[in-house]
Amino acid sequence: MPGLDDLYREIILDHYRTPRNRGELESPPAIESRGHNPLCGDEITLYLLVDGEGDDAVVSDVKIGGQGCSISQSSASMMTQAVIGKPVSEARALLRRFKSMMGIEGIDEQPGDADVALGDLEALQGVVKFPVRIKCAVLSWNTLADALDRATA
Amino acid sequence: MTFDDPATPSFDVQAIRKEFPILARRIDDKPLIYLDSGNTSQKPRQVISAMSEFLEQSYAPINRSSYRLAGEATEAFEGARRAVARLVNAPSAEEIVFTKNATESMNLITQAWGRANLTEGDVVVLTHMEHHANIVPWHQLAAERGIEIRWVPLTDDGRLDLTDLPRLLDGAKAFSFTAMSNVLGTLPPVAELCRAAHDAGALAIVDACQYVPHNVTDVQAWDADLVAFSSHKMCGPSGIGMLWGRMELLDAMPPFLGGGNMIDTVTLDGFTTAPVPAKFEAGTPPIAEAVGLHAAVEFLEGIGMTEVRRHEMDLTRYALDTLNDRFGDDITIYGPDDVEVRGGVLSFAFRDLHPHDVSQVLDERNVCVRAGHHCAKPLMQVLGVQSTTRASFYLYNDTDDVDALADALDGATDIFGF
Repeated sequence: MPGLDDLYREIILDHYRTPRNRGELESPPAIESRGHNPLCGDEITLYLLVDGEGDDAVVSDVKIGGQGCSISQSSASMMTQAVIGKPVSEARALLRRFKSMMGIEGIDEQPGDADVALGDLEALQGVVKFPVRIKCAVLSWNTLADALDRATA
Repeated sequence: MTFDDPATPSFDVQAIRKEFPILARRIDDKPLIYLDSGNTSQKPRQVISAMSEFLEQSYAPINRSSYRLAGEATEAFEGARRAVARLVNAPSAEEIVFTKNATESMNLITQAWGRANLTEGDVVVLTHMEHHANIVPWHQLAAERGIEIRWVPLTDDGRLDLTDLPRLLDGAKAFSFTAMSNVLGTLPPVAELCRAAHDAGALAIVDACQYVPHNVTDVQAWDADLVAFSSHKMCGPSGIGMLWGRMELLDAMPPFLGGGNMIDTVTLDGFTTAPVPAKFEAGTPPIAEAVGLHAAVEFLEGIGMTEVRRHEMDLTRYALDTLNDRFGDDITIYGPDDVEVRGGVLSFAFRDLHPHDVSQVLDERNVCVRAGHHCAKPLMQVLGVQSTTRASFYLYNDTDDVDALADALDGATDIFGF
């Protein structure tokens, strides 16, 4: 039986207690995307600012609003740190890699995805052992996916 | 059922616990602390045995075939109907309609009665503490035909604020309300609300899903018109729910689902309906589940609903006092403090911790609670929260369970370090 230590790793608790990149961005120009977990009622608002177009587009800023549990909040916080400054294509690759780590099926994996470094996000690996919490961990990522799609549409 | 020892004091929770096999289960070699009965209740061996014996010995179609086994199954199914009627003091067993669950019962009301009787601009009154099952079906009607929904607000301590009720009910066609909040535990004055509805010329519809399992229910004393409730929250199996309604009302309502069993005759041009309750029971019903439900009713009757209620009042008082004494300002328990008007449901906020995290930490000690919006999102908005942690009690819970909950909550602080 997996213990709570597998779930509540120190880095996760750190991001929960001190979430990075919380706040709002003016929209427009930022894309505002809302995500929610119908199971528990958690809601997240994600603001995404992208510089450039097409293949050159870069994630220039992300801010997170809303409320959630330690897993959804820390996942969102780590996600913002991981994607800010990255080209949109890399952010998308990271998104696929993260969802793959969460054991989510039906991801359209691309060559090279397996090589994407997760960094601190690896700490969320333990969530997989608590299947009901996977939705918490991916809430912000699904919201980011929506925002990226809209930013590059 | 009756307990073996007639000299047993009126309510012996330890004897009752022994009737529930699952309560003997250990996970990680620790006992199970089941505090999620507001979600669904555990099953006593009487129910489990009745269902397996029926499936092994008596299972057959009902109301269709003429061989003896089918007659036996039909009689078993109808026996459940009579038992349910007795439990809620319905004037006749024919007024009990079997559905899939209380949610389907509510949908039957809105789809059959609602669509036949409500048109654009008609008013239905609900309350801020309803379960989604008593909100969404009305929203669906509102979207379909433009009915107006009015809401009875709450007081600060989670009771219905009835100050404005006459005005809200003015011109209303129906007042549909819960007899016990699944989040706050609040027990509104059902008979008074039914009277207010009738004074305004409105139908009194009661969502008694949380109420019936824990209280003496008398639909005639309430003077209600339609009452929805469910088997799985009262020691019976899931898959079968109930609707009680006054016969003249049920009789006048069009059918809900169409198909076998609900017809009198069918031609190439149309159909005529069977009498109530078959009119509302299309298709093969949950037969073994009805048998299990019957056993659950007899189990509860053997203990006595007055005793069940008294036990839960004592336990709820103990829980409110224990949690408030131990955690003071670190815990906010929603709903009334007076157990005379509160059932065994405790929704709370704890030390700024998210309910998901609270329930995760409790689960480590096998304390099973629900974290979330409890299918009452409008109520969450009224309370100003996204979700709560909810412990809910039943006749098999004891003070040890409450102490285990409190001990486990203590452990939560250690992990999150707030």
